[in-house]
Amino acid sequence: MRKRSLIPIIYIVFLMLPIYWLVAMSFKTTNEILGGFSLFPQDFTLENYAKIFTDSTWYSGYINSLIYVVTNTILSVAVALPAAYAFSRYRFLGDKHLFFWLLTNRMAPAAVFALPFLQLYSAVGLFDTHIAVALAHTLFNVPLAVWILEGFMSGVPKELDETAYVDGYSFPRFFVRIFIPTIAAGIGVACFFCFMFSWVEMLLAKTLTSVDAKPIVATMTRTASTSGYELGLLAAAGTLTIIPGAFVIYFVRNYIAKGFALGRV
Amino acid sequence: MTLELRHVTKSVAGETHIFETDLVLEEGSFNVLLGTTLSGKTTLLQLMAGLDRPSRGEIWFRGQNVTGMAVQKRNVSMVYQQFINYPHLTVYENIASPLKVAGMDRAEIERRVGAVAELLRLKPMLGRKPAELSGGQQQRTAIARALVKDSDLVLLDEPLANLDYKLREELRDELPRLFAGRSCIVVYATTEPTEALLFGGNTATLHEGRITQFGPTGTIYRQPKDLISAQVFSDPPLNVAQVTKQGSRIHLAGGIGFDLGTAAVTLPDGPYTWAIRAHHITPESHPGQPTLDGRVLLAELTGSDSVIHFHLDGGTWISQSHGVHPFDVGAEARLYVDVARSFLFGADGRLMGGSE
Repeated sequence: MRKRSLIPIIYIVFLMLPIYWLVAMSFKTTNEILGGFSLFPQDFTLENYAKIFTDSTWYSGYINSLIYVVTNTILSVAVALPAAYAFSRYRFLGDKHLFFWLLTNRMAPAAVFALPFLQLYSAVGLFDTHIAVALAHTLFNVPLAVWILEGFMSGVPKELDETAYVDGYSFPRFFVRIFIPTIAAGIGVACFFCFMFSWVEMLLAKTLTSVDAKPIVATMTRTASTSGYELGLLAAAGTLTIIPGAFVIYFVRNYIAKGFALGRV
Repeated sequence: MTLELRHVTKSVAGETHIFETDLVLEEGSFNVLLGTTLSGKTTLLQLMAGLDRPSRGEIWFRGQNVTGMAVQKRNVSMVYQQFINYPHLTVYENIASPLKVAGMDRAEIERRVGAVAELLRLKPMLGRKPAELSGGQQQRTAIARALVKDSDLVLLDEPLANLDYKLREELRDELPRLFAGRSCIVVYATTEPTEALLFGGNTATLHEGRITQFGPTGTIYRQPKDLISAQVFSDPPLNVAQVTKQGSRIHLAGGIGFDLGTAAVTLPDGPYTWAIRAHHITPESHPGQPTLDGRVLLAELTGSDSVIHFHLDGGTWISQSHGVHPFDVGAEARLYVDVARSFLFGADGRLMGGSE
């Protein structure tokens, strides 16, 4: 029994070590971090967090990120819902090819799109706006959401649709009142994946913004400032960046495996 | 007040699912659509409901052409083989949903749902979600939703097929009672001839997209119009043999012959297809009945019945009889044939003589 639990314990320790190190660092002063090896904060401080919550160059990064991430999630799922319904319920010319092509959009690295997006958004005056990043991220998130939702929708028998029509539901009423609640778990999972992608994506977010919509990931990677290295501050920012993801994952924890299989379990 | 299918056909992507069909269903009738899987039962039900449009032909209801009318505007209900309920709604809300959509007031909804829940013994489950119910209760909920709005047309697509044996028997006994006294037209699709016989009413035998015969169930069973209708309406499968008739006698392959009596004498001599249902071939001795001697291939007991598959001159025959008749596989068996209950079909498959 002890032997069997040993390996998972080692695994979890290794997995948690960097996160622990980050959290521990966030409670240290930069001098202590640079001073040498210490397992626990010797000189426990909340200064780093206080700075983030009071200095607008820091906290506005979180606000900017949250704005475009939430916008993107809502946009992606709203667009993906009818698309996924069409793929799951109707047969049309080239539907399978189109469905696959959607996913191939995810296969190109974001860097490929950075330049055209930058040029395009600058030309139409969207540069350095939240909506610019939100729109750029839909390129990756809409296909993903369509794939996840299609899987969940195909798990619902089409007889449910027919029963609703027979009961007198019109299509829009059926879709909103019956169908969306039925696949609520799938919508949750799709939202989670969109949120996470948009939250961690850095390259496009950084390229398409400068000041007004600057995301936290951009602020965080500014390692050196006028006062030199601020490692404690960066660690605190990093810790705060993990929290929204952990928060969102909590709500969909029971469906996440199904989501990774794109709803096809 | 009738539902009429006039020259209705349905084809999808060049493939015909329903060949030209004419059918008139009377108000207050219980109609069984009997056919194997893929015979077109579900397609026909969908056409009747208005979930699908016929490729050609018209559907008339109460003297009105309803061919293109949306399903929402027709007063129909449907129950499927899978237990279809709205998973996020309680049993009460499920049953109430067609009434709510129709804009009925709360008190009336409450009264109606209460009445139908009472009828289907769902009263204690009204507050639960469908997932917390047994299969039988889920299907009861679906049936309750179909009954609550007093539809003109109730379509049941193999509603008992996914239930286990005991629940199926139970619900099967209840169904005719539920529709008694209602003026709606009921169409019940099934693959099981036994169900058609139990419900009575009318039966339409369906084979590969064609209704081969329609009429009162007893008549269809006793006097199938043709070989296909008889085969669709036989479980276990009909025993069929190619024979030559001479006078009152028919000759099977292998030198076996039966005397069909005077009824057959008037028919012209020549080749025929002779058919007999499995339960008219029994191992119990009946004096005066001709016999078949075969080799037992398989002997199964289904409840209180014995079903014996036996081999005879290159063909497989099936006997079904009441009681337990143990036979060893490979043993010789002597079976008695009730030739008076056999059918004689002509070369084109039409019934020429004989009856159950």
